Amino acid sequence: MSDTLVDYDETLTRYEPVIGLETHVELGTASKMFCGCATTFGAEPNTQTCPVCLGLPGSLPVANAAAIEATIRIGLALGCRIASWCRFARKNYFYPDIPKGFQTSQYDEPLCTAGHLDVEVDGETYRVEIERVHLEEDTGKNLHVGGATGRIHGASHSLVDFNRAGIPLVEIVTRPIPGAGAKAPEVARAYVSELRDIIQTLGASDVRMEQGSLRCDVNTSLAPVGSLEWGTRTETKNVNSLRSVERAVRYEMRRQAAVLDAGGRVLQETRHFHEDTGSTSPGRSKEEATDYRYFPEPDLVPIAPDAEWVDELAAELPELPVARRARLQQEWGLSVTEMAWLVNAGALGLVDATVAAGATPADARKWWLGELARRANDAGAELAELAVTPRQVAELTRLVAEGTINDQLARQALDGVLAGEGDPAQVVEARGLAVLGESDELVAAVEAAIAGAPDVVAKVQGGKVQALGALVGAVMKATRGKADAATVKRMLEERVVGS
Amino acid sequence: MTAPVNTDLTQLDAAELGRRLAAGETGSVELTQAYLDRIAAQDDVLGAYLHVDAEAALARAGEVDAARAAGAELGPLAGLPVALKDVFVTEGVPTTSGSRILEGWRPPYDATVAARLKAAGTVLLGKTNMDEFAMGSSTENSAYRPTRNPWDPDRIPGGSSGGSSTAVAGGLAPWALGTDTGGSIRQPAAMTGLVGHKPTYGSVSRYGLIAFSSSLDQAGPMARTVLDAAVLHEAIGGHDPRDSTSIDAPVPALVRSTQEGARGELAGLRVGVVRELGGDGHTDGYDPGVLDRVRETVELLAGMGAEVREVSCPAFDLALPAYYLIAPSEASSNLARFEGMRFGLRVGDDGSHSLEEVMSLTREQGFGPEVKRRIVLGTYALSAGYYDAYYGQAQKVRTLITRDFTSAFDDVDVLVSPTSPTVAWPIGARVDDPLAMYAADLCTLPASLAGLPAISVPCGLSEGLPVGFQVMAPALADDRCYRVAAAVEAALDATRGSRFLDELTQRTAA
Repeated sequence: MSDTLVDYDETLTRYEPVIGLETHVELGTASKMFCGCATTFGAEPNTQTCPVCLGLPGSLPVANAAAIEATIRIGLALGCRIASWCRFARKNYFYPDIPKGFQTSQYDEPLCTAGHLDVEVDGETYRVEIERVHLEEDTGKNLHVGGATGRIHGASHSLVDFNRAGIPLVEIVTRPIPGAGAKAPEVARAYVSELRDIIQTLGASDVRMEQGSLRCDVNTSLAPVGSLEWGTRTETKNVNSLRSVERAVRYEMRRQAAVLDAGGRVLQETRHFHEDTGSTSPGRSKEEATDYRYFPEPDLVPIAPDAEWVDELAAELPELPVARRARLQQEWGLSVTEMAWLVNAGALGLVDATVAAGATPADARKWWLGELARRANDAGAELAELAVTPRQVAELTRLVAEGTINDQLARQALDGVLAGEGDPAQVVEARGLAVLGESDELVAAVEAAIAGAPDVVAKVQGGKVQALGALVGAVMKATRGKADAATVKRMLEERVVGS
Repeated sequence: MTAPVNTDLTQLDAAELGRRLAAGETGSVELTQAYLDRIAAQDDVLGAYLHVDAEAALARAGEVDAARAAGAELGPLAGLPVALKDVFVTEGVPTTSGSRILEGWRPPYDATVAARLKAAGTVLLGKTNMDEFAMGSSTENSAYRPTRNPWDPDRIPGGSSGGSSTAVAGGLAPWALGTDTGGSIRQPAAMTGLVGHKPTYGSVSRYGLIAFSSSLDQAGPMARTVLDAAVLHEAIGGHDPRDSTSIDAPVPALVRSTQEGARGELAGLRVGVVRELGGDGHTDGYDPGVLDRVRETVELLAGMGAEVREVSCPAFDLALPAYYLIAPSEASSNLARFEGMRFGLRVGDDGSHSLEEVMSLTREQGFGPEVKRRIVLGTYALSAGYYDAYYGQAQKVRTLITRDFTSAFDDVDVLVSPTSPTVAWPIGARVDDPLAMYAADLCTLPASLAGLPAISVPCGLSEGLPVGFQVMAPALADDRCYRVAAAVEAALDATRGSRFLDELTQRTAA
């Protein structure tokens, strides 16, 4: 069944979107939330388990202090109020990936509340209010076997991997975000992107959406333009890339507009997002909402962070992305647009690291936004995924600045680095890429070029000095770009014009 | 002097057995064999045990004897047999919590208290019967079989730790561990003439104790004497980093307090008799004989120099309804993990049923009626729209009860009451009347809800059956319970000229 969709621009003529985001972040702690098991991604199924995270009878949880600290730091970075006393709660429901028959989470006493995050889209700032940041445990992972899709439908049986069960999970919930209008999909994306950068800066998680260490549920609703009431929202679950966040909002807006245009009612439901088509499909209806029967977790003592300790954590927060961007923009003398390019290309951190490794800001930007961006694009990869480090890029720019190589040779050296042949200097050495000085080899090439083109020599000597360029080109070609063009030109002038 | 015959060994208290082991007068194998023989002879009738592994017990006893023979430094408990309520998880040893739903499960780990007893060199005789998931006051709710009271096999042994109480009273174990959520150590101890203590909540690890009601469950000792209970308590007590609710404080010197109490050193002790627990205007449902024995015991304490006064704790009247909301609520959540997927029973997994159906069938067939009753009750009490009226309200009552205790302990050092309103009732008498069954916990619930230590010590007979005297103390003042209980025990033993359980020994020998 394919949905009827209204054209996006047309949607906005009649409706205003309200969005909201729930983001789950797996913390990068060495051990799980309530036991000592390791949290390594990709381990053999059910090898990182113990009686506690398997929910065996008799086992008891002990809260991971590092996870509590990381959650408080995230809350502080988002300007939240940190609770002086709060508790975990049990969220009761049956599912095979929930070993205890309940998830240990937080309910009406979250650790962090009332924060905000400002995000920028096309030069305009949108304030996203943060409702709460709380700490809970991840579930196990179901593997449905025998079906065509890997989904439970059509599967012959299902396996559960409890390695993920009990990994600390932070849930960050925004308040509804009205007023973004046509920019709603981009605001959603920018919010997730900024949140990801903050958490990465804090070192609280590796926030890798493709590995599920950052997962997004996107709420979308539409209301007729000018309406005082918001519409019924849908919750699109597990949207697992920045691009998908944007697409999911856009799709839901267009789908809901069609439902409303037809005089229908948007159902309050969870929906699944499909990466391949960019569409959503209905999951379970929320109208028959599960009663989770929350109550305070009696097996854990309350969390009561000491106010002085929280102040210390606040004082020790690293420079956050927004401050860093402002500082670098100023230090590097960039315009707002230039800065935006860098950020959008995902190159800010790389350029900063390259500058830190000794390159000039201009050189670093030139490489990352130019040659490296082109190669990443060709490979269909992110800049950060290229097999070259900021330090290596800085070395390339140094070799060019010193005159050891020129830009063309530098690109060849980069080929070598990307091919795993070592650092730029090693590649230059191994491939013999250094610029030729006034060596016998170069003298021979120059003389060969003169000897091989008597007609050009005649023209030059006849006063058409610009014809010398053809000879320069011949020498460069003969030396496969290793010569320095200015040197070649001088040597040719000495021999052709000067004699 | 001739060596005593094996059957005599089983009528001795653990302190004496420990002395004989240390002195080389007996060995752990001989001792263990004596208990195994008695279990073999009597447990078909008494039904104290759910699992006995004679071979493993004798092997373990042999190791201890060998170590002793080799001159190893052994602790005071080394070689002493012990029985554990089947609610404690034991590595490789079947553990059911009295339920069909865990039938066949061999846990991969030891409860902290089981590990501590193992490390102390004790010999595990077996796992004792209990009301399913500790829900009950008579052990009739065991999914496997009822346990009979050695004082009268037609009567219940109390519950839910009725397997442990019968084992110890009947000479099928020198001592045992039980658990107490609303009285499940104290009430069966009272019913069978034992000493049973519920420690301060958080002072004994709950790790590996299959949860019934997490905010109430406590493990504790059941023994033939106050001294034995104190020794066993000291062996299992103390902080456990695996239990977040475990208190990081040293175990009080319980053995020393017991010895002081046994010398009758009670001068200046202020004793409060709780009016709401069998006092004037609150005698409905209490056996007159129980009230008589308790009154006499209070007079005995006064005779030893204690200052006795009556204390009123009005909120105690609300303890029963509050308990029967809080405990089932927590139980409904704690028992959610028994869904047939990962351990124990699985029903209907023949390819013709969906996952949800298998879970439902497993729970339908795996849980008994009392467990289902409490799951339904607790699920209801936690439901959206009812939480405030039930669970929330019950928590407020809990606070009121705690306040009553706090203000009472401003004026007195300990509070006393009957342990149970009645003596052991005939098997089957209350099975069709859950409310009558629940009323058996009337006197033990307040200390449970407040998380306070409370002990039951025998104080005589009524209708030829044991009566328990309860002593409650402030949090972490477990030593006061032992001190007063030891004074009562010593005084009554002196009056009688014999130990309380000797009466049972003589009767069964007759």
